[in-house]
Amino acid sequence: MSGAESLPWWAAIPVALLLVLGGLITLVGTIGLARLQSFYQRIHGPAITIALGAGCILVASMLYFTVAQSRLVIHELLISVFVLMTAPVVSMLIMRAAVYRDLRAARDMDPGNDAGNS
Amino acid sequence: MRRWLPSPLLSASLLLMWLMLNQTLEPAHWLLGGVLGVLAPLLSRPLQPHGHARIRRPLALFRLLWMAAVEIVRSCFNVTQIILLRRSADVNSQFIRVPLELKSPHGLALLSCLINSTPGTVWVEILPERHELLLHVFDLHDEAWWVHTIKTRYEQPIIEVFETPEPGGSRT
Amino acid sequence: MTTATLLSAASFFALACVVLAMLLCTLRLMVGPSAQDRVLALDTLWMCVMVLALLLGIRHGSQIYFEAALIIALLGFVSTIALAKFLMRGEVIE
Repeated sequence: MSGAESLPWWAAIPVALLLVLGGLITLVGTIGLARLQSFYQRIHGPAITIALGAGCILVASMLYFTVAQSRLVIHELLISVFVLMTAPVVSMLIMRAAVYRDLRAARDMDPGNDAGNS
Repeated sequence: MRRWLPSPLLSASLLLMWLMLNQTLEPAHWLLGGVLGVLAPLLSRPLQPHGHARIRRPLALFRLLWMAAVEIVRSCFNVTQIILLRRSADVNSQFIRVPLELKSPHGLALLSCLINSTPGTVWVEILPERHELLLHVFDLHDEAWWVHTIKTRYEQPIIEVFETPEPGGSRT
Repeated sequence: MTTATLLSAASFFALACVVLAMLLCTLRLMVGPSAQDRVLALDTLWMCVMVLALLLGIRHGSQIYFEAALIIALLGFVSTIALAKFLMRGEVIE
């Protein structure tokens, strides 16, 4: 155990709580990914991993470094903003890819029928 | 002013990003970040077919973002409960259609970001013929409630923020 | 008990959770019946690796991991976008 300097209690307890919460939420998101049955349900699992799991860890990291180095360390905000801006794009593109692929598969199976709205 | 700083907000956030990336407040970095903030929007302007967004009412935007953040945390816990406690076959996952009135491309981008960030809803696409939004909901209990929520709590504030009130105004 | 041991225990617990999460993603990546499942699992795996880098940064008290996490987030976004676009258009036999 090299690092983890001693913080005062008022900072250590929130950081520890955020770490535990973030780890658990990350785990729950991937449990959803592994456990749910259809693809359209599975896509909702990682959304909580990204939004709240990573968010909790980022806030914990900000708090930890700000107190440990006794100066304002907020460059984790960059990652938060970046993730918040890109994660929606990613999930929308994967969703559209899945819908197009399903529609195309349905059309290939049954060429006479114009595949309706999934 | 308009010519060299097409979007002051974008320039300011680029400067802020540069300072945060370097973790410093030295004057030299202010200068470098300022050059970046002026040059990058100018050079990337041809890449933006719709021009820069004009935010009409910043206060309404902040209220909307705060509401969306609360909504994200709330639906995170809902989705967590569903994942941990319910059987997958019992969850009623459905596609729904929401008719939209919002036309501004920036507003639509913001709406899609907010909807996709909220766990439990994924934006699929806009059906072009009737300008309807196709949306996938993780656990649907009442379709009319979803349509109402999206139209009143998300779409209406976004229209206020991005679109001009009078039809004769200059749309960007 | 000092705060250092508390933080060390908390970060160890979070690390264990994230590693377990990565195992579940890998499971979905290998099992995944369709290609979009695999892309989704890969995207979640990127996110987990980013969280892992941040956790290691907290555990070792070093800020170098921040740059790693930022680059992982960037690369994950670009690669997932490329894969999703490939799924949408790039069938070998169209």
